[in-house]
Amino acid sequence: MADAEIIPIGTRGQPGRGTGKRPSAAARGLAPKSATPRKAAPAKKPATPTPDGAPVEERPVVDDTPVIEIPSLLDTPADVPPTTSSTAPAARTEERGSSPLAGIPAGDWLSAFQHASKELFGDQWEPQLARFLAFLRRRLTGDYTVDEYGFDAEVTERFFMAALRPVAQKWFRIEVRGIDNIPAEGGALVVSNHSGTVPVDGLMTMVSIHDHTGRFLRPLGADLVFRLPLVGSVARKGGATLACSEDAERMLRGGELVGVWPEGFKGIGKPFSERYKLQRFGRGGFVAAALRTGVPIVPLSVVGAEEIYPLVGNIPSLARLLGVPYIPITPLFPLLGPLGLVPLPSKWLLEFGEPIRTDEYDAGAADDPMLVFNVTDQVRETIQQTLYSLLMQRESVFR
Amino acid sequence: MGAGRTVLVTGVSRDLGRTLARALATDPGIDRVIGVDVIPPRGDLGDVTFVRADIRNPVIAKVIAKEDVDTVVHMSVIATPGSAGARGTMKELNVIGTMQLLAACQKAEGLRTLVVKSSTTAYGASSRDPAMFTEDMEPRRPARTGYAKDVVEVEQYVRGFARRRPDVRVTLLRCANVIGPRVASPLASYFRLPVIPTVLGFDPRLQFLHETDLYRVLRHAVREDRGGTFNVAGDGLLMLSQALRRAGRPNVPVPGFAFGSLGSALKSVRRADLSPELVAFLTYGRGVDTTRMRSELGFEPQYTTSSAFAEFAASLPPGARRTERVLGSLAERLPAVDDDRPAQLTLAGGTDG
Repeated sequence: MADAEIIPIGTRGQPGRGTGKRPSAAARGLAPKSATPRKAAPAKKPATPTPDGAPVEERPVVDDTPVIEIPSLLDTPADVPPTTSSTAPAARTEERGSSPLAGIPAGDWLSAFQHASKELFGDQWEPQLARFLAFLRRRLTGDYTVDEYGFDAEVTERFFMAALRPVAQKWFRIEVRGIDNIPAEGGALVVSNHSGTVPVDGLMTMVSIHDHTGRFLRPLGADLVFRLPLVGSVARKGGATLACSEDAERMLRGGELVGVWPEGFKGIGKPFSERYKLQRFGRGGFVAAALRTGVPIVPLSVVGAEEIYPLVGNIPSLARLLGVPYIPITPLFPLLGPLGLVPLPSKWLLEFGEPIRTDEYDAGAADDPMLVFNVTDQVRETIQQTLYSLLMQRESVFR
Repeated sequence: MGAGRTVLVTGVSRDLGRTLARALATDPGIDRVIGVDVIPPRGDLGDVTFVRADIRNPVIAKVIAKEDVDTVVHMSVIATPGSAGARGTMKELNVIGTMQLLAACQKAEGLRTLVVKSSTTAYGASSRDPAMFTEDMEPRRPARTGYAKDVVEVEQYVRGFARRRPDVRVTLLRCANVIGPRVASPLASYFRLPVIPTVLGFDPRLQFLHETDLYRVLRHAVREDRGGTFNVAGDGLLMLSQALRRAGRPNVPVPGFAFGSLGSALKSVRRADLSPELVAFLTYGRGVDTTRMRSELGFEPQYTTSSAFAEFAASLPPGARRTERVLGSLAERLPAVDDDRPAQLTLAGGTDG
């Protein structure tokens, strides 16, 4: 017993505890009683992953196969030295050194990398990849600018828009009409109906406007958006800011294209039975902001968003508990679990109406509540009428 | 003494007040600079006359009258209770000190100018904030505790003083978070942590003012005599995530509900002081509009927010930046390409009006 070579399990050949001279009592207890240790004898090397992620398989001692598997992703060149084992495995661990990848020449790495790049980026892969790397480095080192609202144009264009575009084009098959009504430059206020339980319509409007005009729509969001973790920071990066008169006027003066959904939660949270019936348009604050800054108001009617999550029920008590306006129940949502979160693929129509000019009113117009209400009603009526006519033109919900 | 002016600076025991007092003493338009504080300054005061007096005590009125002071620069509103002792002492220094000082100023016939260094903390930080605060906006959620409340109260007293002494030009400077290699503030010590906790899911907008610009704006206010309230901040904004990437600092997101208790743990080991107003700031961020600083005060900061932070970050131990090095070595093997950034909109800042 005394002269048996006992190397405790899981200690990399080093007795784990104590002086380092003798294995601990626990380790001695675990070791096999026989004088000839079986397979457990070689010190277990920690499983080092090969480049393709799979851990090195443990081989029986007698096996003759190479310990390192060259990943199948690379074309195995002939000059890789065959690492057949003829000595004891413990000794080979020493020879190999710390890196399991030491056996692969750098040239192979490079050629594999080139293959992969060609697959990914095509023949012009070098400049393409260089550009992509430059982008990655900029993101990693923070070498980009955000504007005063926290809008990150680069990540919005390259990431958010790219992710939303297939949804807009393939899933909802959005058809845009009257895009010329959006001015090519200068401030303008896009006013839209709001529907769909989750504000997907806002995202789709953003991506449609960006794809057709190249301008970024800067949405104004409720303060709930900025109170929620993750949602708030993504919204700011995407160009949103708080729906308050200060921010609206500041953005419009700065020449931005601003989007508002004056129905707010009353609009997106209305039951399916009330679809395409416009709710009250807030207090007309958006009209006052447009009047003060003299920018045109572009009414936008969105058809199709009502059907993505038909809201058939609500849990008001839970909503109050969580501090949110409503907890939606759709025919699919709590029933199918996460699958119920997939929006129904309704066909969408976006129609931008004639801009309503506000620069003809005199300076004090924004402080005249009657005028503000009238303009608000005018915008609301325009959107409602357009909604009705679009619904007439639509063949069915899904086509 | 004639045409020369006599300036009294409070809070000279701290580096900020001391450096300002020394800088003012070298100004040719200023005859004498008197530094006041409870404890003697740590460093060299140069030509500044130091008077050991407590601004919480009516003795300060005698100093102002005897020395025939015509300009008072109030610098001793402190953000950290650490240097003064407990929170109670800090509040007493800030609020009662300001009250006494202003009471003394009201009695001083010869007084012409009062400059008070305040902070943008007065605007608070919440989810209901507008993107950029202008000088006439109120905080959306009034502060109930701590430094933020002190700042609001100090500003109230200053406004009250301005009403009672309309002949004195009162300049209230709301400075953004001051940063620089030598600055010791709650935010600076936060950035000096080895691993920086952030609030999970929030990415606040930050605005910085370089310490040099702080001295410059205070001197400018003393020299130029433009009364009013002004936001003072460097151009542009940085997101917290962006700032951490630029500094190459490791960070760990912590859920919002645990952030406060983490703050008190850090405070107990004296590494950082994450007070409630700093936690709110690190959650929602804040931006202030600096249009009036340019148009009315006529001050132009030398440092932008990002260059001020870059100088501060250079004083931190460098981070590992492993991924960046790998990417860099990879990019060197590839042909150089022109920068294809998207056409950036206007540079962020308060220049549009």
